[in-house]
Amino acid sequence: MTTTPAVRTVGLTKSYADLAVLRGVDLSVPAGSICALLGRNGAGKTTLVRILSTLLQPDGGTATVAGHDVVTAPGRVRERISLTGQFAAVDDVLTGRENLVLVARLRRVAAPTRVADDLLDRFSLTEAGRRRAATYSGGMRRRLDLAMSLVADPPVVFLDEPTTGLDPQGRHEVWAAVRDLARGGTTVLLTTQHLEEAERLADRVAVLHEGRVVVDGTLAEVQALAPPTTVEQVPRPPSLEDVFLGLTGAQESR
Amino acid sequence: MTTFVRATAALTGRSLTHVRRSPDTIITTALTPVAMMLLFVYVFGSAIQTPSPGRYVDYLLPGILLMTVASSIAYTAYRLFMDVDGGIFERFRSLPIARSALLWSHVLTSVVATSVALALVVLVAVVMGFRSGAGPLAWLAVAGILLLFTLALTWLALVPGLLATSADAVSGFAFPLIFLPFVSSAFVPTDGMPTPVRWFAEHQPVTPIVEAMRSLYAEQPAGSDLTLAVTWCLGLLLVAYLLAMRTYRRRFG
Repeated sequence: MTTTPAVRTVGLTKSYADLAVLRGVDLSVPAGSICALLGRNGAGKTTLVRILSTLLQPDGGTATVAGHDVVTAPGRVRERISLTGQFAAVDDVLTGRENLVLVARLRRVAAPTRVADDLLDRFSLTEAGRRRAATYSGGMRRRLDLAMSLVADPPVVFLDEPTTGLDPQGRHEVWAAVRDLARGGTTVLLTTQHLEEAERLADRVAVLHEGRVVVDGTLAEVQALAPPTTVEQVPRPPSLEDVFLGLTGAQESR
Repeated sequence: MTTFVRATAALTGRSLTHVRRSPDTIITTALTPVAMMLLFVYVFGSAIQTPSPGRYVDYLLPGILLMTVASSIAYTAYRLFMDVDGGIFERFRSLPIARSALLWSHVLTSVVATSVALALVVLVAVVMGFRSGAGPLAWLAVAGILLLFTLALTWLALVPGLLATSADAVSGFAFPLIFLPFVSSAFVPTDGMPTPVRWFAEHQPVTPIVEAMRSLYAEQPAGSDLTLAVTWCLGLLLVAYLLAMRTYRRRFG
């Protein structure tokens, strides 16, 4: 598992009508790492993630996830992945717990209710688990969404802009959850537009630009590509985020 | 096969929870047909001459039931649209489950929700004086026709459910279906209609289906109407099923 990359694409292409979104993507994500896929709006990050999670067919090239080809063995890929999209894919009518039990049933785990309760506990949603998801805050929905992705412990997790639309508190909650995942050996491929997010979370960074991966390496390798650091003494005022988090406190929002 | 059954069962349970938690959808479904029944029985009914000897409500009920089915499948399309439009459909599609389970769960939910609405409408009809001496076999046949008709319209409803771009558009498609019984023998005999209208009324599926149900619970031989009704339903079902599956494959590969 450590020798074969968890995600590998070679010359992956995809066009919509005349628009070539992916023009030969080569990407390799080692098992157990957190890889941040960076790129501007419309760079094709979501397209790539949708191909890797078998929701979209590529036009050319190959992509394997956990050793299985996404085109020829999509069923096997689906058994080993989970996807969390840009918009929290939870069922608003169901309670948090019912959402988790449903996914557990669909993934055919042995004890669906126990798995659901464990995940609620892990994501500090035990109290909220009895309420309908429609009543949740943005951060809670995203935590539930992540929890649903972790049912049955898939070895590869795709997170498409997991913190979009979240307040700083919610973002920190998601980051903590992602770090937890990686500690457990899960491979995480996350897309983001926030460079800070990549810096804080990822041990590998890939930059998608004009349909190709132009940079792919560890955070240190990528940082080494920048011009040499010059040392200056500049007083750094606290960032607005520091101020905001200080004022609103780090307590959980429930 | 068992994985398909288990996924379908889990997803149907979810979808039925949606129906259970918004029972108003069932009430709304029954509202239009019940209103039509009240209107036709108590307002227009006295002016309508029907060939059958029974009460007008007996004559009217089959058409009202078909209207109920058409009204019910608007919600089927709506529920599917909401899944497709939100992120939940993507989540289900990235899970290791048979993809046809996604559609079948909506079909089964539709059958259950429609049956409840139909029972509600029949109850109102009984209160309004509907009576039948038909035996269980005849009622089983009526239920069978309604089931086939529901399945056919349900699969048809999945097409706009998969394709619609707004919630308004998705429920709009059912209106022509709800009003189809008007241009048939459901409310008045076709004899008095102008020739082109009469031709349409006598050759569209609602007329034989209505006539067959009417004969069945009036304890008359349904004969050729029954054959024609079942043929129409099966034909519609097959076409709708193929259309829905094709739409699904086109849209989601």
